[in-house]
Amino acid sequence: MLESLQKNAEKALSELQNVTDTTSLKEWRSQNLGKESVIMQTLGNLGGLPTSERPVIGRQANNIRQNLETAFQKRIDQLRDSASETLPTASLDVTLPGRPVQHGRLHIVTQTMRRIYAIWADMGFQIYRSPDVETDEYNFELLNIPKHHPARDMWDTFHTDTPGIILRTHTSPGQIHAMREYCPNPIRVILPGMCYRYEQITARSEIQFNQVEGLAIGQNIRFTDLKGTLSDFARRMFSANTATRFRASHFPFTEPSAEMDVECFLCSGGGCSVCKHTGWLEILGCGMVHPTVLENGGYNPREFTGFAFGMGPERITMLKYGIKDIRYFWGNDLRFLEQF
Amino acid sequence: MKIPLSWLKEYVALDQPPHELGDLLTFAGLEVEEMEYIGLAQPNHNLHQSKTTGLEWDKDYFVVAEIIAVEPHPNADRLVLAKLYDGKREHIVLTGAPNLFPFNGKGPLRDPLKVAYAREGALLYDGHKPGPELTKIKRTKIRGVESYSMACSEKELGISDEHEGIIIFDASAPSAGTPLADYIGDVIFNIAITPNMSRNASVIGVARELAALTQTELRLPSWTMKMAPVEKPLLELPHIDIRKPSLNPRFTATLIENVTIAPSPYWLQIRLRLSGMRPINNIVDITNYVMLETGQPLHAFDYDVLHQRSSGKTPTIITRLPEPRENLTTLDGISRTLDDFTILVADSVGTLSIGGIMGGGESEVSPSTKNILLEAASWDYTNIRRSVQAQQLQSSQAGYRFSRGVHPEVAPHANRRAADLMRQMGGGKISQDLVDEYPRPLSPVVVEMPLSEIKRNLGITIPPNEVVHILTSLDFQVTKKESVLQVTVPNHRMDIGSGQAGIADILEEIARIYGFERIPETQISDTIPRQQTNIALEAEERVRDICVNLGLQELVTYRLSSPELEQLTLENIAEDYVTVSNPIAPERVSMRRSLLASVLECAKNNSRFKHRLALFEIGPVYLRDSTSRNAIPALPHELLKLIIVLSGSRSELSWAHGEHPTMDYFDLKGLVDALITATHITDYQIETADHPSFRTGITAALLVSGNQVGVFGELLPSVSAAFGLTKYPVLAADFNLEALLTSLPDHHLTKPVPRFPAIVEDIALIVDKSTPANYVTALITQTGGKRLTRLQLFDVFEGAQIGQGKKSLAFRLTFQSDKRTLTDKDAAQLRNKIVKRLNQEIGADLRDT
Repeated sequence: MLESLQKNAEKALSELQNVTDTTSLKEWRSQNLGKESVIMQTLGNLGGLPTSERPVIGRQANNIRQNLETAFQKRIDQLRDSASETLPTASLDVTLPGRPVQHGRLHIVTQTMRRIYAIWADMGFQIYRSPDVETDEYNFELLNIPKHHPARDMWDTFHTDTPGIILRTHTSPGQIHAMREYCPNPIRVILPGMCYRYEQITARSEIQFNQVEGLAIGQNIRFTDLKGTLSDFARRMFSANTATRFRASHFPFTEPSAEMDVECFLCSGGGCSVCKHTGWLEILGCGMVHPTVLENGGYNPREFTGFAFGMGPERITMLKYGIKDIRYFWGNDLRFLEQF
Repeated sequence: MKIPLSWLKEYVALDQPPHELGDLLTFAGLEVEEMEYIGLAQPNHNLHQSKTTGLEWDKDYFVVAEIIAVEPHPNADRLVLAKLYDGKREHIVLTGAPNLFPFNGKGPLRDPLKVAYAREGALLYDGHKPGPELTKIKRTKIRGVESYSMACSEKELGISDEHEGIIIFDASAPSAGTPLADYIGDVIFNIAITPNMSRNASVIGVARELAALTQTELRLPSWTMKMAPVEKPLLELPHIDIRKPSLNPRFTATLIENVTIAPSPYWLQIRLRLSGMRPINNIVDITNYVMLETGQPLHAFDYDVLHQRSSGKTPTIITRLPEPRENLTTLDGISRTLDDFTILVADSVGTLSIGGIMGGGESEVSPSTKNILLEAASWDYTNIRRSVQAQQLQSSQAGYRFSRGVHPEVAPHANRRAADLMRQMGGGKISQDLVDEYPRPLSPVVVEMPLSEIKRNLGITIPPNEVVHILTSLDFQVTKKESVLQVTVPNHRMDIGSGQAGIADILEEIARIYGFERIPETQISDTIPRQQTNIALEAEERVRDICVNLGLQELVTYRLSSPELEQLTLENIAEDYVTVSNPIAPERVSMRRSLLASVLECAKNNSRFKHRLALFEIGPVYLRDSTSRNAIPALPHELLKLIIVLSGSRSELSWAHGEHPTMDYFDLKGLVDALITATHITDYQIETADHPSFRTGITAALLVSGNQVGVFGELLPSVSAAFGLTKYPVLAADFNLEALLTSLPDHHLTKPVPRFPAIVEDIALIVDKSTPANYVTALITQTGGKRLTRLQLFDVFEGAQIGQGKKSLAFRLTFQSDKRTLTDKDAAQLRNKIVKRLNQEIGADLRDT
């Protein structure tokens, strides 16, 4: 009996070497190790054997079963290893372009604006918006720029056919709107939006452009805070090591007023054509809110102080990506927009 | 404003390198836009804060030389030979300079002419080329005479554009052989003067800033004039009659008798040229020189013309507003009709000049003028600015200064200073002190500033004595009363206000001179405001993200447009535009009322090189006629819109696609479906609609909560063609995003992931062709109940097999329960129920497959 088992096993093992595909392998297994197989039958019927033969035959039969099992596992591994050799040879040109994916994009200016929003949001500045079409009063007079004042030369204005209604030249009128809404509470907001200037459209000047202005008002806001806050912004907007510097400047609605420069991120301050060999890039204007403006917003300038700043997302974008022509932004040429 | 360093050094001792001085000015708010090195070497480093230009004059090649004789050229009438001495030896220089011709053939000159001499090999600008072009002097022969060096013009040396003749220095110039750079080498600071710094549109103003910044003393010129008093003057000073003291607070005049009009000495000419002005004659040049020096514009009248006009009587100067339609021919030769607000200088006969802006032609100084009436007056700056704009006289140097504010106290100083220079340089005589009409003297501005304001505003503490020192260095008078500073504003400044504004002005002066760089950085320690969300902006940005996720490219277009462009959409756009009264171009005249037109214009521009367009824009349109929601009623409603435009091929050109079908209505509909799904709006309908821009039958409306929020479909071919889009159909959606956003739920509930397997059944139903698909799906969904978890319409068929006027809709139904595994029997039951319902409601028949 053991002999016939042994013979069967040898035959099975030699057959196993000829098995090359998974279907045959499954068949082989059910034939030689399945419920109906000789060996499993034998093991299952050990109880019918005389007690004296049971241990020997049992042990031997189990050995045979184990051998078959081991050989089967080994064959699986062998077949798996040789699988690649046995597949028909493929010859794909793996360098062919993949199937085009049609994905959308945000306009690059939206991307820059969102980055600016996110940084200021982290620093506790919320977004406040006000209209594009404004009154002369909000755009100028309440910002300490009276009619016929020489400071008006700083803005070339689009007037409308309704006297006193203009296209805002900056987002600063939002300062007055925000102050009048929040007074007497402290304020920390940014004021993004489209502004308009009466200019020729050239590579360097546009009739419409975005501005992001900021305003912080409280009973303890100082020039040192302005410097610290804006330097923090610059480090987050450009890079962790960005140096900043402040130069005295003039805006009618702030005093003292300053321009903030950041170290040129293209040449790391070494001097290049973009920074005009100064090592610095002019990024934003800022200053302490003028007492007259605070008053116009409803705040008592003896108790409250504040700072304000304004920057141009398009200018920042141009510097960052080496864009030489400002007309690209509203030209919306897809060959430009698809580069972002 | 252009200011030569050599001139600044007359008032303040400066030995710092020029670029350091430039930086000091820039950081103190006087931005030096350009530094022009005249003959001197530029700093030898990579970085410079200001644009740096200029030509260096090598000291071995450029020297002062003396022309000893001018002789005719043997073979050319228009050239002369100048014999000159350069400190080492004699040379012959060929030149065609007209200003040497008077000396031609006169033999050896008794007083040699000192000139700017460039030796062989010198590098300078080519005087014959239009722009600055460098050239090296080489040995050559001109009409038989050898030439190897030259006497230079200002253009050749980079001083100005002047190339009419060579430079002839004053007799006081240093001796031959002195390097030119040592004599007239200079650095020009080109400074941008901000409106608050009008006092610094002058050499003394900038010198004062530098004195304060370098802690050096400021030395002012003498404000006195030397008089030769006589018992009874030959000529009488005019009477001054100021009719509008608010517009003309002060008028001073001096009388300089018996001057000789002649060219100015060279040192004065070069100063004017380096400052960007053109020399005319000694009298006019002095008015300009003193204006540049002090910031006070002056005007010289020919006294005898005034005298004649008043028929030989003592003239009266009247400053007044014009009579209706009064005219004046200004010295630029233009006859001007004057606005009723433009203040005039006149006499009893009529107008003489536009006050503070430009003189009249009749009374201007001419080569034969003998007696000068010199005016230095003060004018209201806002009024001057208005007149400058009305008369388009922005180029007037006087108007530039007066429209920014010149303090009335400067007038008498400048007048006496200029009169005295005219006496010296014009050979005139002054016999009377100036006449000074000052009906409303300005009282000095005094600001009371508690020292605590420095800490409260700037965040730092500066020792009181340093504060006092800074302010006095700018000519403020300061007295300290305990912890309060009483600051008296110097009488050359108009920019310091009173009260709290005045304190801010003083703080700025302190911070500027103290140095912004010395002020440390801190974090805000003030109370954090109540935090809130900008819900409208967040919703808008969410829709932007959805559109991008749907594969659309965002555009941002011009918000200024034109009614002509927008009419191409055929939409009934009301005429009530926000119209710009000073447009820059005919296509940018009004704030847009149609965002679709702007996007289509962009689509057109891109269609030339793109065969697939999938675009969107979110932005406002400006509706003046809609019910205003603004606090200020005159302002338009800025309504937020969403436009989607699709056109062209469904996929990018690729080897991997067999064919590239053109996009049609259902490409757009798919996007709209996905957009709605992504917004989680549930209460909406889509129905057939009509719209003037769209093709009938391929137009749908989106309704949310029963209100129409937009239309979408295929544009009329004529509309597409009007925008130059003729190749493919154009699909567009025009949504009122403001309305859509108000319906946006801020959250939605989720369904659990199914635990039991689903059963899928396909059915094809034959219905009337006119039955809208969404009606059929609504019936199926309703009948299927919650066990019908998914419904997909996967085939639409029309054909003879199913009969005229019919269509077959094939649906895949997915049945699933969250309680147990459904059986085939359950599914059959549901399916039969659905078929029965559809048959009853719309006569649908099951199609045999």
